[in-house]
Amino acid sequence: MTGGLLFALAGVVLFALGVAGVVLIDNLLRRILAFNLMGSGAFLVLVGLAQRDGVPDPVPQAMVLTGIVVAVAATALALALARKLHALTGRLELPEDADD
Amino acid sequence: MMFAFDLLLALALLLSGLRTLTTPRLDRGIVLFIAFGLLLALAWARLSGPDIGLAEAAIGAGLAGALLLDAYGVLQRSKDLHSKGVAFKRLIVIALGTAFTIVLSEALLDPLPAAIDLRVPVAAHLEESGVSHPVTAVLLNYRGYDTLLEIAVLLLALLAILAVVGETRIASPSRAHPVLQALARLATPSIIVMAVYLLWAGAFRPGGAFQAAALLAAAAVLLHLVGLLPGWSTPRLRLRLGLVAGFAVFLTVAAALLRQGALLKYPPEAAGGLILLIESALTLSLALILAGLFLILSRDEDAS
Repeated sequence: MTGGLLFALAGVVLFALGVAGVVLIDNLLRRILAFNLMGSGAFLVLVGLAQRDGVPDPVPQAMVLTGIVVAVAATALALALARKLHALTGRLELPEDADD
Repeated sequence: MMFAFDLLLALALLLSGLRTLTTPRLDRGIVLFIAFGLLLALAWARLSGPDIGLAEAAIGAGLAGALLLDAYGVLQRSKDLHSKGVAFKRLIVIALGTAFTIVLSEALLDPLPAAIDLRVPVAAHLEESGVSHPVTAVLLNYRGYDTLLEIAVLLLALLAILAVVGETRIASPSRAHPVLQALARLATPSIIVMAVYLLWAGAFRPGGAFQAAALLAAAAVLLHLVGLLPGWSTPRLRLRLGLVAGFAVFLTVAAALLRQGALLKYPPEAAGGLILLIESALTLSLALILAGLFLILSRDEDAS
């Protein structure tokens, strides 16, 4: 097994961990952290899988570079929404659905 | 030997990722997330992606960490890790997550030959792309429209944040310790020099607009934290021009080149100059946008 494949596998686990976190955790800040873990997992799969034979591939690397910058913008937007929610309701959890 | 290091690094990534979500105190979770980002930067270096490593350390760990800690400071009064999810639900999610991990891992371990190998054409056309660093060639030439749309998305995110936060009064910046201020004053010029170097180096070695912009944004955050740079309210005309400069220049070049028959198809002899022009404008705008994400969000810290 090469390093590329190893990090791709770690990325799979991180992605699953992030999904579980987004679904299970109520606190919105934690959810944003979990969402970032999902993103990092996907990036690791992209880059790691592309170079499982040990030769780097610049195309997924450029995509991930773009992805990191977009992810931080999404994080900032999510934080702005969470802060607004907190300012308006004093809570950091989303309201429960009525039929939940 | 290197494989053992990779294995340790992957395990450390998984452990810090898990603890980010499960550690009882949220502030520790955020600090663990920053540590996770730095470990990830190391992993990118091991995956021969120093470009991504630089961006991850500065943006993924640095800026995102600063944003999260700042938000935590404002929101800390709320309670944490209060997962009232039923045990049943938790069980189902964990079972599904494990099944997903196993199935996808088996798919990864079963090496299908790649249908398209883009490494060959990337290397073959590097000569006419205007730069000699393949990642920059992909970002600014081969897949230039990805980067064009990316800067548009970032601008949109900043506009959305401005709309969500709305008008607030600007708290006067809190004065930090004079030693910290002096340190920030000393650090800023060298950060700017490093950013310009990274921008220039992007043409032939790891570096480029993203990493340079991340450094400049970090300098702005630093100056804000020691009280030398006030938070932003509604951007004035000059700031607005700076924010849209990257997108505008990129779009102008794209429109001017439409006569060539395809979007963003540079003539090979002018490609190097055009890429440098676009990258310079991108660096300015990206730095302002990334800094704005922090400076707009943190401005009402004292008001609440």
